[in-house]
Amino acid sequence: MSELRRTPLNAFHREHGGRMVDFAGWEMPVQYQSILVEHRAVRTSAGLFDVSHMGEVDVTGPDAAAWLNHLITNDISRLYPGRVLYSPMCAPDGGVVDDLLVYQRAPDDFFLCINAGNIAADLAWMRTQAEGYDVSIQDRSDDYALLALQGPVAERILQPLTGAKLGVLRYYHFQEGTVAGVQCLISRTGYTGEDGFELYHAAADAPALADALLEVGAPHDLQLAGLGARDSLRLEAGYPLHGHEISAEISPIAAGLGWTVKLDKPDGFTGAEALATEKADPTRQRVVFFRTGDRRIVRAGAEVRDAAGAVVGRVLSGTLSPLLNEAIGSALVPATAAAAGGLQVDVRGTVFALQLVKPPFVDLKKSS
Amino acid sequence: MSNIPADLRFAKSHEWAKLEADGTVLVGISDYAQESLGDITYVQLPAVGDTLAAGAVFGVVESVKAASDLYAPVGGEVVAVNDTLDAAPETLNQDPYANGWIMRLTPSDAGALDQLLDPAGYQAEIG
Repeated sequence: MSELRRTPLNAFHREHGGRMVDFAGWEMPVQYQSILVEHRAVRTSAGLFDVSHMGEVDVTGPDAAAWLNHLITNDISRLYPGRVLYSPMCAPDGGVVDDLLVYQRAPDDFFLCINAGNIAADLAWMRTQAEGYDVSIQDRSDDYALLALQGPVAERILQPLTGAKLGVLRYYHFQEGTVAGVQCLISRTGYTGEDGFELYHAAADAPALADALLEVGAPHDLQLAGLGARDSLRLEAGYPLHGHEISAEISPIAAGLGWTVKLDKPDGFTGAEALATEKADPTRQRVVFFRTGDRRIVRAGAEVRDAAGAVVGRVLSGTLSPLLNEAIGSALVPATAAAAGGLQVDVRGTVFALQLVKPPFVDLKKSS
Repeated sequence: MSNIPADLRFAKSHEWAKLEADGTVLVGISDYAQESLGDITYVQLPAVGDTLAAGAVFGVVESVKAASDLYAPVGGEVVAVNDTLDAAPETLNQDPYANGWIMRLTPSDAGALDQLLDPAGYQAEIG
């Protein structure tokens, strides 16, 4: 097995008691003290996550906009400089190559954030899709570190460190500025369902920025938070994770992300035909979210049965919701089975009825 | 660094056993085990009256990360279980050697404790 990659904050994590694990080939902190404590801190005060393993790509050139709109399912004609867009990027069969954030810096200048485990595959895919377009696609993943400051008091922690006017920076918008003297792309986005910011900055500046945020955040009960809490927070918010709720086999239509699939884009896009066909099929697969009323976690891979006991699907993600104090998860089942109800799972010999829930599982207070 | 009390015996599977003055044996999981599991979210207890062979699965301890079987360090009859763990499984993280006890056994052979690891042997086992 090859050497694990390390973010510029590896020593910082160790100093702060981070428990390091292999995540998608990166050595990352899964937790510091407790996943449950870190999760609750993000819902009630704030958490600071190192997500420097994520990939960044510069997309520039005269055809940048046209190429991006061919590549992704969402419509970048909705973008303007300073606006962020979430979108899946699909293969011709409608399967999801990856999901990403698109930042528009100028009319022909875009910045993408992609999943750590998919960087090489995404870039290879993007290049195959670029033929005939006058566009430059540049991998910047090693140049950037990324810190996510998430939670209801995130703005109060960040504002004293920056001249950027955070009060007028709306959700899914960004601006360039300095934070504690470090040049950042300040993005009001996140993967927790809470208000918060993602700060893209030069890799060499990451330790100084993390120290400054931690110091200013301490009186606000800012906690360092690891990938364990990141996963339980995103599942509680009902956000998909590539490889779970969306994948090469699970399209954005199946995943309930139809709002990101703009079938009416005038020039079409990769995967449009397959996604249109799928959307019209009442027997298609569907991702559902569930709770069980019990603390026993229903783990990814568990079989889902219908009321008659026939296996109709499988669990995609499962965890304990620290706020509900109950097992929550997602599963892939035929839409017809979801509509019929009576779905159940067996956890070590005990059968639980799945109560289907439209996420988020908890009230969220994102800024708009 | 894991805490390993001097008055306990340990199974390689990370359960501890403590011989009490009344001849019963208290069983729980080690500090090393709770630390490795992370946040414990559920404990499946045996039933009072169950008869367990040494090494038999008697329950499950589940964390955010994984579910792990619990193995009886010695054989015997279950005479009490710590049902406070139903509502507060995190006690296993906070206090694995006292309030986090899991079950009390009447051992079928009290001498069986001698076959478990002593604290030095357990320390060597977990490295």
